[in-house]
Amino acid sequence: MNRRLFRKIKNGLFLLLSLIATMIGLACLAAILWTLVSHGIAGMSGHLFTQMTPPPGSQGGLLNAIYGSGVMTLLGILIGSPIGVLAGTYLAEYGRTSRLSTVIRFINDVLLSAPSIIIGLFVYEIVVVRMGHFSAIAGALALAILAIPVTLRTTEDMLNLVPIGMKDSSAALGAYPWRTTLSVLYPAARSGIVTGLLLAIARISGETAPLLFTALNNQFWSTHLNAPMANLPVVIFQFALSPYKDWQDLAWAGALIITVTILVLSISARVILAMLQAERGSGR
Amino acid sequence: MAIIDPRHAAKQLIYERIFRAATLGAAILVLLILGGVAVSLLRGAWPAVSHFGFSFVAREIWNPVTDEYGALAPIYGTVVTSAIAMLLAVPAGFGIALFLTELCPPLLKRPIGVAVELLAAVPSIIFGIWGLFVLAPVLQRHVQPWLIAHLGHIPYVGGLFKGPPFGIGVLTAGVVLAIMVLPFIAATMRDVFDTVPPMLKESGYGLGATTWEVMWNVVVPHSRVGIVGGIMLGLGRALGETMAVTFVIGNAHRISSSLLAPGTTISSAIANEFTEAVGDLYTSSLIALGLLLFLITFTVIAAAQAMLRRLERRGAAGL
Repeated sequence: MNRRLFRKIKNGLFLLLSLIATMIGLACLAAILWTLVSHGIAGMSGHLFTQMTPPPGSQGGLLNAIYGSGVMTLLGILIGSPIGVLAGTYLAEYGRTSRLSTVIRFINDVLLSAPSIIIGLFVYEIVVVRMGHFSAIAGALALAILAIPVTLRTTEDMLNLVPIGMKDSSAALGAYPWRTTLSVLYPAARSGIVTGLLLAIARISGETAPLLFTALNNQFWSTHLNAPMANLPVVIFQFALSPYKDWQDLAWAGALIITVTILVLSISARVILAMLQAERGSGR
Repeated sequence: MAIIDPRHAAKQLIYERIFRAATLGAAILVLLILGGVAVSLLRGAWPAVSHFGFSFVAREIWNPVTDEYGALAPIYGTVVTSAIAMLLAVPAGFGIALFLTELCPPLLKRPIGVAVELLAAVPSIIFGIWGLFVLAPVLQRHVQPWLIAHLGHIPYVGGLFKGPPFGIGVLTAGVVLAIMVLPFIAATMRDVFDTVPPMLKESGYGLGATTWEVMWNVVVPHSRVGIVGGIMLGLGRALGETMAVTFVIGNAHRISSSLLAPGTTISSAIANEFTEAVGDLYTSSLIALGLLLFLITFTVIAAAQAMLRRLERRGAAGL
């Protein structure tokens, strides 16, 4: 009897601990979001989207940083995602079980969680050192390298979900695999691949470390891809660690913008996936 | 129109070859990137490696004025912050996974799961700014004085909690890292627990075992490999994490016996000093740090992936 009570108490205790652990996890998310909103709103002003990053003590906004982040993220996705999608297509369609594919899958998963600062150093070595100066294009390349593993992984997974019958029907009509892929598989897996793109954008738009030694920063408005370019993460890094109150306010505002963007992207990606699953569940 | 037009077929074949080559090229590019990273880091680190030799990893000195560099302090900081992070995040992640698989009402399962995954999506720099302005003051005012007062006098352990409560430092960096890797560990463990066949769990319950006993004696042994894989994946993240740590660790190139003192990690040293580094040996030493980080994280992540893969294969083949 005693033993049974002990087991029950032990059970209750551990379940309680697991509940507490979950509460702590959720509390951390809530605390971070709350801090961002309360500090970020204070930093929000009409100038935020119309003026450049200011010198300390004067009024300004984040326009050049927002523009720079947008440009480099877009370029990163434009360069990285086609490579990721094509490589994912190879793994799913051509080299399904080959030894090369196994190795590539493994390496891709390693790249997926590799520290981004290493990618920054790599691009610094191969681009910045060669060109002799920091540039937006180097930053975009670093982001592209980070986008490849995400898009590769989702593309392969999504192509694997396409019913084999669709592929066979296309082949039976005499279509070569390239035609099947472009006209049947890609359209069928479209929303899944788009999800991968959204996740990749979410992943790279908050990256700071790889931009530190590639795009650096620029206090002024610049659209030259060949020159250093301002970007939100690096501006947040510099401004948050500065002793100036108005710089810190701008850093919080920037942090809020980035986080909201990323959360919206991640949630949309999840919604698309959920819709996809529901469709599949009811469809067959 | 002929049914088989030879010109059409030939054109199709050419397109097919082009498309196939393009996908193969993209796939091989992934390999080249990893190879390129290794080669370029080796080349960049070479001046420092050849100048200092193996003493680079064994010396604590880091002095840009005399141009002498050693990686011991950053290595120490990286290992200690990651150890703190794992110590806190592994039990908590296990708890969350347990809650989500066994306890959670089905209605809340998805929202809580998504919330945990969103925590994983928050960028590192946000954790950094939050850690510096919110978490560090809280630790400084409430947690660290308590640690100093209650643990500071215990023999052996006491040395870890000595000195003034700075707020920022190795301990704070470890706590921020723990919060960052928590969602990765929790999500991986949840997925691993979900692969346990219900039959096994039900057999446990049928014998009269409590939820915890089923968890500890059936689910955990069955998914051991996956759990370790998830932990290693989290460890890989913690070791390489940069911005969050850079904000809160204090960036001091020395090894202090106290966890409350400022320190440095490999990645935060690179982030802080790289753009300001003048002189080839300085830059090269920082790249050598990057090479070290690459080797360490590559080993950990590769081991984690290998374990998770083994589990996947077993899951696919067995049930």
